Amino acid sequence: MDTISKEDIRKPENIVYKRTELLTDKVMSYCPGCGHGTAHRIIMEVLEEMGIQDKTIGIAPVGCSVLAYEFMNIDMQQAAHGRAPALATAVKRLNPDKFVFTYQGDGDLAAIGTAETIHACNRGENIVIIFINNGIYGMTGGQMAPTTLEGMKSSTSPYGRDIKSMGNPIKMTELVAQLPGTIYVTRQAVHTPANVRKAKKAVRKAFENQKLNKGLSFVEIVSNCNSGWKMTPNQANQWMVDNMFPFYPLGDIKVNED
Amino acid sequence: MAKVKGDIVIDIEKCKGCQVCMPACPNDVIGVSKNVNGKGYNYVETVNEECIGCANCAVVCPDGVITVYRKRIE
Ligand SMILES: Cc1ncc(C[n+]2csc(CCOP(=O)(O)OP(=O)(O)O)c2C)c(N)n1
Ligand code: SF4
Ligand code: SF4
Ligand code: SF4
Ligand SMILES: [Mg+2]
Repeated sequence: MDTISKEDIRKPENIVYKRTELLTDKVMSYCPGCGHGTAHRIIMEVLEEMGIQDKTIGIAPVGCSVLAYEFMNIDMQQAAHGRAPALATAVKRLNPDKFVFTYQGDGDLAAIGTAETIHACNRGENIVIIFINNGIYGMTGGQMAPTTLEGMKSSTSPYGRDIKSMGNPIKMTELVAQLPGTIYVTRQAVHTPANVRKAKKAVRKAFENQKLNKGLSFVEIVSNCNSGWKMTPNQANQWMVDNMFPFYPLGDIKVNED
Repeated sequence: MAKVKGDIVIDIEKCKGCQVCMPACPNDVIGVSKNVNGKGYNYVETVNEECIGCANCAVVCPDGVITVYRKRIE
């Protein structure tokens, strides 16, 4: 007989999933369905599971996630646009026993911060970079980013990105995988339960790597900007599967184990 | 035969009605409410008793507003 009341099920001992305490109680400022929230949560779950929340310092970017420090219940510092890897370099070198990570959008990491990204990766700083690639400048109104796909519409490419006049989209993750300073480079997504679980494993591996002091771990998360793309969240996730993944394929790009 | 029964609790004031949780549910447990919360979002709610406590919905919820329970019943 399975006549069991909701009260019997909803008991503390039966909880199999609840929001991590490492997210603050604030309502996140992201649009409904935006992947930033999921990305925040898996990072915080990893820190909680590793028990390193009081040893971790995060660097927030400029972009929609500029307020990440309001939502992540750990020590954080906010960097000037694109400068998160430079700030993380300083924080880690001054505090080598802390875990240090940056959290950056594609406009932040792949446009204004390209130099900081590439040189931190090339130097092999012992930090984690989390790169949220939604192919657009979400915060400022959906302008074209270096990562915008060919033919993709944005507020500054209303007829779609034309390669001839606007240049090629850039694959930062493949690029930094070429550099000797990176130890782990991977591309993930957070639109389905299976992808979230995989992405979380990748984030965990990145933080575990930091203990080994062998270089920089770089985790790209391809994500939707449903507001900028002008779609509903579920449509945007489908569009991402159909259009973003062929150009930005998911999976590990570099795994250095020794 | 051991069976599991699940249930979810949605923090409807924090739900943004994005509906990302809906296709993640294997048993179509979640539907959109006709009512709106304080922020004006049509939040989501459970619409049947088929929850197995798999946590798929909670794992994809961008705002982390779902708590999942699961109980074994003989
Ligand atoms: C020095 C400087 N230049 C430009 C801006 C304007 N600006 C703010 S956010 C942003 C781009 C953000 O895009 P992205 O990093 O992809 O983040 P998203 O919002 O998409 O997550 C720009 C250009 C700024 N704040 N500071
Ligand atoms: S504008 Fe785009 S990236 Fe920014 S919160 Fe909204 S959906 Fe997310
Ligand atoms: S826990 Fe699983 S079965 Fe229950 S509502 Fe969520 S997705 Fe559906
Ligand atoms: S995914 Fe979360 S915020 Fe979105 S509708 Fe479902 S419960 Fe609400
Ligand atoms: Mg962006």
